[in-house]
Amino acid sequence: MSLFGLFRRGSAPVARERLQVLLSHERSARDRPDLLSILREEIIAVIGRHVSFEPDKVQIKMDRGKSVSTLAVDIEIPNRDRVFGAVSH
Amino acid sequence: MAQVLVVTSGKGGVGKTTSTAALGAALAHDGAKVVVIDFDVGLRNLDLVLGAERRVVFDLINVINGVAKLPQALIRDKRLETLYLLPASQTRDKDALTEDGVARIIDELREKFDWIICDSPAGIERGAALAMRYADSAVIVTNPEVSSVRDSDRIIGLLDSKTAKAERGERIDKHVLITRYHSSRAARGEMLSVDDVLEILSTPLLGIIPESQEVLRASNVGSPVTLNNPLSAPARAYFDAARRLKGEHVAMVVPSESRGILNKLFSRKAA
Repeated sequence: MSLFGLFRRGSAPVARERLQVLLSHERSARDRPDLLSILREEIIAVIGRHVSFEPDKVQIKMDRGKSVSTLAVDIEIPNRDRVFGAVSH
Repeated sequence: MAQVLVVTSGKGGVGKTTSTAALGAALAHDGAKVVVIDFDVGLRNLDLVLGAERRVVFDLINVINGVAKLPQALIRDKRLETLYLLPASQTRDKDALTEDGVARIIDELREKFDWIICDSPAGIERGAALAMRYADSAVIVTNPEVSSVRDSDRIIGLLDSKTAKAERGERIDKHVLITRYHSSRAARGEMLSVDDVLEILSTPLLGIIPESQEVLRASNVGSPVTLNNPLSAPARAYFDAARRLKGEHVAMVVPSESRGILNKLFSRKAA
């Protein structure tokens, strides 16, 4: 939307839309207060069954968007022995 | 039967104390026995807004600690003989406010009053949690502005989970009171409208208090706006809200200061 359009319409619709997006996320977080730490624990358990790594080398990030949210899992795995070969044993 | 009402908001500066004083006086004006309790320990102000700041001897914490009896701490309003104030203390020790202590005081007040109005401090800490703890119903004071609406939503979540009534599996009666409203600015899309706020919060409306210099004028002189200038626009809006609290059906309009045709048009649009 152009700046002129924003000015003409007034900024209240923007406020309303921002609040609706934000509060829908905050309300779902309220019902499940610690989704990220639950995900973190379960992901560590699943990956840990197959490869060994330090639990504190796991980073989990969530980015909430209007229509799509992304979950990024970053696990640092040490290069000793054939890590991914371990899966077949 | 006594009604325990909490006036809350999350955000500071939106008009909780002003609304507590105005609604308390409006209810007492009709003869109901009303006590307003200041839960803002350390930063009391309800005494000042009611013009009773020089009459405070004992306070809420003194009663909880057993230093004073409840009747000794209650201050009777000089204008309305059925309106009482239980002031907060100025102590910096917020832990002095205990759950058991508050429960005892509310129980004792329930025997003597029709309305017990708890003026919550801002935030979601101890004082705010205890102000809402034993409430039967809640007034959520909201400005038509993003941060206030967000905080109101948070408070609504707490009212539905952290109050004694919610924990017993009952529903606490919640109402939104929109303060500092400019009908004309909302109509031009410069400010969230009443409909926007209600749709976002999905909570019924108790009233719309228009922005007015009468509110500041009343607090300057230490009088609830409903007593200081009962015919002013904010006072009429508070009187309407008080009647709705009593269960009366009152048409929702935004009272305007003058009878000008422009104002009439705007108030009709917003209603």
